[in-house]
Amino acid sequence: MCTPIPRSRKHELSAISSQLLAASFQPRPLSCGSGYCNPCASLQPTAGNRLPPDSRLPTHDSPLITYLEAIRQALQEEMRRDPNVLLIGEDIGVLGGAFKVTEGLQQEFGEDRVIDMPIAEAGFTGLAVGASMMGLRPVVEFQFSDFISCAFDQITNVAAKTHYRMGVPVPIVFRAPTGGGFNGGPFHSQCTEMYFVPTPGLKIVAPATASDAKGLLKSSIRDDNPVLFLEHKHLYRRIKEEMPDDDHVVPLGKAATRCEGDQLTILTYGAMVHICLDAVSRLENGRGIVDVVDLRTLVPLDKETILESVKKTGKVLIVHEDNKTGGFAGELTALIVEEAFEFLDGPIRRVTAPDTPVPFSPPLEAFHLPNADDVARAARSLLEY
Amino acid sequence: MLGATHSEMSEPPAPLSLAALETLTRMLYHMKLHRAIEDRLEVVYRQGKLAGPVFVGRGQEAIGVASATLLGQGDVIFPSHRDLGAFLVRGMKTESVFLQYFGRRDGPMRGRDGNMHMGDWKLGIGAFVSHMADTIPVAAGVALAFKVRRQENVVLCYFGDGASSRGDWHEGLNIAAIMRLPVVYLCVNNQYAYSTPLDKQMAVASVAERAAGYGMPVESVDGNDAMAVYSSTQRAIARARGGEGPSFIECWTYRMTGHGSHDDASYVPDAFFEEGKKKDPIRRFSELLQDSDVISGAEAAAMDERILVEVEEGLRKGEAGALPEGPEGLLGVYADSEESKA
Repeated sequence: MCTPIPRSRKHELSAISSQLLAASFQPRPLSCGSGYCNPCASLQPTAGNRLPPDSRLPTHDSPLITYLEAIRQALQEEMRRDPNVLLIGEDIGVLGGAFKVTEGLQQEFGEDRVIDMPIAEAGFTGLAVGASMMGLRPVVEFQFSDFISCAFDQITNVAAKTHYRMGVPVPIVFRAPTGGGFNGGPFHSQCTEMYFVPTPGLKIVAPATASDAKGLLKSSIRDDNPVLFLEHKHLYRRIKEEMPDDDHVVPLGKAATRCEGDQLTILTYGAMVHICLDAVSRLENGRGIVDVVDLRTLVPLDKETILESVKKTGKVLIVHEDNKTGGFAGELTALIVEEAFEFLDGPIRRVTAPDTPVPFSPPLEAFHLPNADDVARAARSLLEY
Repeated sequence: MLGATHSEMSEPPAPLSLAALETLTRMLYHMKLHRAIEDRLEVVYRQGKLAGPVFVGRGQEAIGVASATLLGQGDVIFPSHRDLGAFLVRGMKTESVFLQYFGRRDGPMRGRDGNMHMGDWKLGIGAFVSHMADTIPVAAGVALAFKVRRQENVVLCYFGDGASSRGDWHEGLNIAAIMRLPVVYLCVNNQYAYSTPLDKQMAVASVAERAAGYGMPVESVDGNDAMAVYSSTQRAIARARGGEGPSFIECWTYRMTGHGSHDDASYVPDAFFEEGKKKDPIRRFSELLQDSDVISGAEAAAMDERILVEVEEGLRKGEAGALPEGPEGLLGVYADSEESKA
């Protein structure tokens, strides 16, 4: 007799998350700029431009809060503020989530508000839609953003269209740990934003910093629309900063200029913000040359800040971790060509992942993901154009 | 009561209360109105006046009407595309149905969606989504809100046999059962998914067999027998309100049309239609009420007259309603849009 081997996703996950949680792998250097181009000292918690591989959650006394801890704080504070907020997802209760984002929340808020689900993304997404139509404000966790494809129909046809069709608000946040950089392979590393950007009715948020993760998540929870919240799992424990205040809220639809200059605009979001800042710090006389615009939200898009920067610099580099074809860079390019064509002094260039799945093996993945050298090279070519 | 056979009755039944008589008469009225509206819609469709197709529930009227009749204030339904009777029972007006089909601004979906994709949240009616079974987990979510808020309300969720092959159906039933949510799943099993008969949809003999696997009480009833549907739903609703979780009712019926007004259903054997005709739910229920002295033949005829007038009036208002202007389609995508603030 063969002993049946349970073949759940959790097995696969345990291998990966143990890697991840131990943080013993070699991360790609995620660095922050320095000097003038250091946009906020808060992005720069440790010496040098490389975070220690064993960075852990801060203690309660610590003034520095990780990106992950910032997300948990936002959840906790919003749940304390509004009894309608509840959490739905796989392994978020007793386990506290595959990444431990929701650790301790079930103990505080009980099983009625931190609800563990079977592996049924479509089912619990639909569940959240129904609950939100009644005025609850569910925050749905997808264990990895990759698995959101299982709920694609519920998100794009039910959640996104219910207000348009019926006039009923659907206040849900879909938290999706996104992106690569930890050898997660093709099913644990994807950027899923472009599955959803073309769907009217959704808002799409991609925080790059810990304070944004907190402030944007709070805004997302208070928003009356379905919001896709793409938290970058590579940032979870790598960046720390001080939180501004107890009720730190960052509005959706406002970009942040992380570093200012007048010769080149870099448009980016998510973890790539840090790669771009690193690249800028590598440029000679980088100070005062480059605008790095962190979009923060893809929908709604802060067109004003983008166009203002483009009109100032006349040159544009767009950087994202997603694949090239059909990536958000194409949409940004179209916007700029339509609305600021006369201001351009050169071609719009893109640095993105190539059009392949995210491969597993370290050298393959390292090649796949855009890095600071790629960005610096593209920036130089545009500056010299 | 009325659903019982003579052999089951040891004593003559007690006289029906006035409220029961009123309920039964109203059920017949809604079943007839359901059919009359759709009969008229098909004519209007053939006249080329509608922008889209018509989907009717001819022969299935007992299910939506008998089940929704049991609901009270604050309860919610998620009907499917052949459950017009349930809409009417819950307060959707005849003219609203025509406004909807004509794509008028004042229709329930304001022209943004057509035909049976209509809802009205003020009436507790969720709008059908074409992707079959999408509302199965959504109905569970509404029931979750009832449970969280300790409300004794229930959700009725309708779908066809075809929907039970989709993943969302299975995921939704499973979650509702695990969480013991107050929702009743009503399968309108009309034995066809468009052109595909049951034996090509599932290897088991019934949808109930699928549902039973998720751990909820399951009943199979003659969906063309209004009282059978009523009794079964009554039990299920009592369980839901009593905190015993979801139930599943399979209502066997006959689709007496094609999939939509564009489909001649040539793939359906004649015997199927003959069988369905013999079991016509409206004729059976009308005879039952007349045999039981709930209404007289003259009253039934008067009801038909009244319904014809109501349908013509609804059609007139529906057709006369204003069409939306093209740019109105830009409104309402987001809940914080200008329209919502108004």
